[in-house]
Amino acid sequence: MGETIVITSGKGGVGKTTTTANLGTALAFAGYKVVLVDTDIGLRNLDVVMGLENRIVYDIVDVTSGNCRLKQALIKDKRFNSLYLLPAAQTKDKTAVSPDEMEILCEELQDEFDYTLIDCPAGIEQGFYNAIAGADKAVVVTTPEVSAVRDADRIIGLLESADLRNPKLIINRIRPRMVKQGDMMDIEDIVDILAIDLLGVVPEDEKIIVSTNKGEPAVMDVISQAGEAYRRIAQRIRGEEVSLMNLDVSNSIMGKLKRLVGMR
Amino acid sequence: MWELLFRVLGKHTPNSRIYAKERLRLVLVHDRASISPYLMNRLKEDLLRVISDYMIIDEEGMEVHLDQDEQEVALVASIPVKKIRRDYMERGQTS
Repeated sequence: MGETIVITSGKGGVGKTTTTANLGTALAFAGYKVVLVDTDIGLRNLDVVMGLENRIVYDIVDVTSGNCRLKQALIKDKRFNSLYLLPAAQTKDKTAVSPDEMEILCEELQDEFDYTLIDCPAGIEQGFYNAIAGADKAVVVTTPEVSAVRDADRIIGLLESADLRNPKLIINRIRPRMVKQGDMMDIEDIVDILAIDLLGVVPEDEKIIVSTNKGEPAVMDVISQAGEAYRRIAQRIRGEEVSLMNLDVSNSIMGKLKRLVGMR
Repeated sequence: MWELLFRVLGKHTPNSRIYAKERLRLVLVHDRASISPYLMNRLKEDLLRVISDYMIIDEEGMEVHLDQDEQEVALVASIPVKKIRRDYMERGQTS
């Protein structure tokens, strides 16, 4: 039986959907059977990040309300044939699915897939409770900002009271240069405050925007720094021990020169 | 004023990271202090159980709450004692 992992954050815009898409793609690339579930009903986005928006026929509400069979709603990825997407409904609202229905759905998916990754909506309303209902593990995504870390703290509390113990932390969009200048909280600061295990750190990377533009997750880009970070996180999810990415700001002469003349 | 000067000189005020961390610490102390009445009651019951090993207290008059100000949160308990147990020494050794 597979694992069901929910990707949460509390605050919107910190990278839940990007994280879900990239981790799912990396796990599928490693040969696992993976399904990505978008539970952000009314504001679906995982489909466009994956580049699968044109293939949607049925959605999650069609499945839970019995309009179609689960197999009919699953969209096969363009690149990997072990990767599937269950899209959210766009025209309904978050109460169209209940936590009980989600639990049943996740059980069914677990029989079929090695990893079920659930993309949770922002906020702490029913959408959140739907997303976590069938999960047996949780990942909390945050960025090095006061607002995002505060919301992450709240989410960790809610996860624990819902019996999802030991959520794991991903710090997204860290900018090594700003950390070095003392203008951004570093990894230690955030882990210290939230007091949960670190699953990985993803550097800010413009390639994420390019990859979202194209609908191709950054893990498929060998040069992308964020892609590399996500590949490492996927390895950790599979239980391998991988060191954190080296995010030291380069001290090469060219780098210094460029900074001096304000090129970066 | 200084900030303007720094900006003119092309620099910025250093170490905003420290501000971020301190502000976050304070805001979380407050966020986490909003304990539910259920938890507060459990805390009261636990306190009561521990204290009654040592003294007899007035349960009705017992008051426990969280006191917040800008800098910190404190757990304030006012517990009227009716009687100190004479046998607390032996109790402490046997348990």
